[in-house]
This record gives sequence, C-alpha cells and structure tokens, in this order.
Amino acid sequence: MVEHTINATNAVVTMDVALPGIIWGWMITLNMWAKSIGTGVVLIGAFLLYRHKKEDMPSLRWTMPLISFIALNVFLLFTLVDLHQPLRMINIFLHPHWTSAITVGAWMATIFTGLITVMMVISGFDAFPDFRRHCEVAKTVRGNSDVYEKIFPFTVFLAIPVTLYTAVIMAESSARELWQAPTELMQMLLAAFMAGSATLIFISDSWSKEVRKDLALVLAMSVFFSFMMYMGEYFFSFKAAEAEATLAFVHSGGEYNIQFWMAMSLGFIVPFFLATANIKNDNKTLLRFAAILALIGLYLAKDVWLKIPQLLPLS
Amino acid sequence: MKLGFLVDLNLCMGCKGCEVACKVENEVPLSSWRLRVKYIDMGTFPDASRHFTPLRCNHCENAPCERICPVSALHYLENGIVNVDSERCIACAGCMMACPYGAIYMDPETNTADKCTYCAHRIESGMMPACVVACPVEANIFGDIEDDNSHISRYIMEHQGGVQVRKPEKHTDPKHFYVGGGNQTLNPLAHKRIEGYGLFNNITHLDHVGDPHHSILDRFLAPFASHGASDNKSFIDFKQTTDDNSTKDESHEDKGGH
Repeated sequence: MVEHTINATNAVVTMDVALPGIIWGWMITLNMWAKSIGTGVVLIGAFLLYRHKKEDMPSLRWTMPLISFIALNVFLLFTLVDLHQPLRMINIFLHPHWTSAITVGAWMATIFTGLITVMMVISGFDAFPDFRRHCEVAKTVRGNSDVYEKIFPFTVFLAIPVTLYTAVIMAESSARELWQAPTELMQMLLAAFMAGSATLIFISDSWSKEVRKDLALVLAMSVFFSFMMYMGEYFFSFKAAEAEATLAFVHSGGEYNIQFWMAMSLGFIVPFFLATANIKNDNKTLLRFAAILALIGLYLAKDVWLKIPQLLPLS
Repeated sequence: MKLGFLVDLNLCMGCKGCEVACKVENEVPLSSWRLRVKYIDMGTFPDASRHFTPLRCNHCENAPCERICPVSALHYLENGIVNVDSERCIACAGCMMACPYGAIYMDPETNTADKCTYCAHRIESGMMPACVVACPVEANIFGDIEDDNSHISRYIMEHQGGVQVRKPEKHTDPKHFYVGGGNQTLNPLAHKRIEGYGLFNNITHLDHVGDPHHSILDRFLAPFASHGASDNKSFIDFKQTTDDNSTKDESHEDKGGH
C-alpha cells in the first residue's frame, strides 16, 4: 500500500541511547497502598462512629489509630527508602518548596501521623487500664483522655488531603499524560474507602451485624465505582496522544496487561459480588475473603497504573 | 537576560561532537546523558534519508521539574537557566517523572538528579557551552533571546515560521528551539523504536535508576562510609555483569559501588 511507503509513516530510530526504565517502582506502589489503609481506616472509622453507637464497635477506638499508625509508618518508611538520598529528607522541612505536592504532602502526612500517634497512645492507655497503672506518664495520658475526642475531627478532616495529595503529585508529573488529576483524585479517595473498609472488616468479628453490613456496603460501592473509573480510563482515554500510546501498548497484550486484568478480577469484580451478597447475609468468612482480595487487587491495580506510563519514550 | 538555545537541524550532521564535549566538560557518567543526538531514518529505499536530533534540557520558563522539586534543588537562575543543586537534591525522582522531555537522569555516582545546565559554570566565566564550541558546523546557536541583536534572536527572526519547540502543548514554554525539524524528528510518538538501535550494544532501556549497586542500606550508610574512587567500571558492562559468574566474587567497591 502506498501509505506504507511514504516518508510520513516510516520514521525509525536507528541510533539512540538507552532510555530509563521504570523510575517509580514497587516502593511507590506500596507507599500509596499503605497510605490508603492509613487514611482509609480513619475515614471509614469516622463514618461508622457517625452511623452507629460506640458500643456496637467496642474495639474501634483503639484499633483504628493503631492500624492507621502502623500503615502510616509503612508508608513513611517506603517514602524514605525510595529516596536515593534518604538522609536528606530533612531538606523538605528545612528548605520547603511549596509549589510541590511532595512538600505539601510530606508536611500534612507528618502532622497527620503526629495526631494519629497521640490518639493511639491515649486510646491504648484507656483500653488497657492495668498497663503501667502507677506510671506518672500513663496517669497524665489517662487524665487527658478527652483530647482524643477533641483532635479526632481534625484528624478526619486532614485524612482527606493526606489521601489525595499523591494524586496531585501524579498530576504535577507532566510527563505522564495517563495520570489525569480529576480521575486520580477520585481513584485515591475510592482506594482509601476500599482499603479502609477492607482492613476494618478483619477486626469486625465482635462488632454488631449492622456495622458489618455497612462495611460490606462501603466496600461494594467503592470497588464498583473504582472499577468503573478504571474501565473508563482503560478503554476510552483516547483524547491525549501519550495516554493513547501507553494504553495501546498495554491493550496489544504488552507488559502489565495480565496484571491489570488480574487486579480488576480479583480486587474489584469478585469482592463486589462477595460484599454485595454479604449485605443480605452476614457471612464473616466470605466478607474477610472479599477484604483480602480487595487489598491484593488494589495493590496490583495501583502498581500497573503507576508503571505503564513510564514505559513511553519521552524524547 | 534570558538565555536560549537553537539547533539548526538542517546543519547538524550527527557527528556527536557536542555529545562527547558535554560528557567531558561535565564529567557525565557512563549510562547517563545530558545531551544526546538521536538518529532517525525516514522513507524507504531508494528514497531514504537520515535525520539527526540533538536533545537536551529545554530550560522551560514554566518548568514542571522546578515546580515538583520538593526542596528547590531545581531552581531558576537570573539568566533563565534551570539549574540543579545536587547538594540539596533528595533524589526523589519527581523531576524525572515531571520532565516531558526525559532530560533529567539520576547520576549513578552522586545518586542525585542531574541534567544539562547550559554549562552554567562556563557561562558564568563568559564562555560558551561546551557543545556550542565543539560543533563543527555551528548548528548550535546560543545566546540572549531578550537581546534583539543577539545571534540567536536574529536567527529566530530570519527563520520565522520555521522555528519549533518540542511538545508546545505542554505549555512549558521551552527556551530551546529547533529550525528544520519535523514531526518525525521532534515528536517521539511519530517514529518507531526497533529493538537494538544502540551503537555498541542492544540495550534499549536501563534496568536501574542511579547506581545499580547502591542498595537500600547503602543509601543510609553512604554519608558515613568511606568512598573509594568511583571510576564507573560497573557501567561499562553493566548488562554482562549480571550473567558473568566470575564477577560475583568482586567486592562491592570493585564494582564501583558506594
């Protein structure tokens, strides 16, 4: 065909340097995944406390900040380890550059982790009154137990920008057209709902049936909306040349195609049906299985979406 | 003063003299490039032609790398150069994710981000960038684009309508211009990459960011550990070392690690 023999369609690179491969890899995926858990349990915990009596979820007051604290420290650890100069992390606080979402996010995440730590310490001492009963510090903490309730609203409020700021970093990554701010913001929020509800399901054994129904509902809704957004992005993001080129590569059976569909099936489709079924019938085992799949699927999906735009040559 | 760069692709003959001069002047480690010349073949035999495109940092007026840098390691100089302070860089690679031109690399010796600075140290001493001096056909034109009488300004005026920048749709306002370029030479999506396009090897993608031997633990210990002279030996055959069992017994220092 003549169109295959004209210059316009036959440009080939015959010599060039080796291009960078994946720059942000699994550590950033783990970072995002852990942050979704850390903020998600607070957001979903707040929702449950708003909807139900505290007596329906007796352990929530101390398990919520504890889980969040662990997840946030995993997130912070891998943020640090991913830096090639981790000891210079201090420069973010000594020389902050406020146009960078990395800077704003680091400050917010630090404050958020501080608040969560305070909540964890207070609720821990309250939950275990015999622990260090005669210790002066413990007495002081127990005496200021109401601080927990005072800082909780601020913590919930701060959990929203902390979970969203990674989407702004992705939006500021101008070289990766696949990451569009509106969709990434929603995906981050839905990831937090997904991870938060899935994680709380694991500790909901002793909670009331109604609470577990709510957790199943949140999980089902968040995986459904997140799945729909991924489908929309995966099949119809064709208005940006570089996004189209990225997806065309994956569509053609390229790298990460299998991982993407595994993530969609295991992490979104199956948990949706399991969680939906659980809204009617309280089956703790199935709900826990849905939660495990959702957390695995979320990691796989985030990993694919992080890596595929980095496969594109930029120059 | 606002410094800009213009490359006349009609003059460039792909000698790579600028590439080598840049490497030598800035001691750019192996596997990394501040400036590279890409060869693109177009057409079919007998109507085939080869085109050369030098690629370097565009020193954008609205630089995404400067915006995303959390510690202002990437910053503007008064003359418009987007400079990098490797002493402050935390090496988060945010700039590498933000630069639409792929012009930033992680230096495998310092493990910090680096890129073309238009040879800011030479400019400061009243000299031209090394690549400009080395070009045998004066295809690289460098100067003050705010000065109407500078060589670059006059060149731009003489070639009105034919002056292009890469990816104008990104609104980065690059200060690096091309004359004689086309979509196939300036748009990376308009040409195909066939595996094995390298000159001396068939490595098309690096499998590491920064120093491949810089483990997670090394990242924390590097400031306290003594550094042997880094001679880049590990990068000469970085692909082969993974296959060659005889190299397994080498010490970490021998491999060029920190």
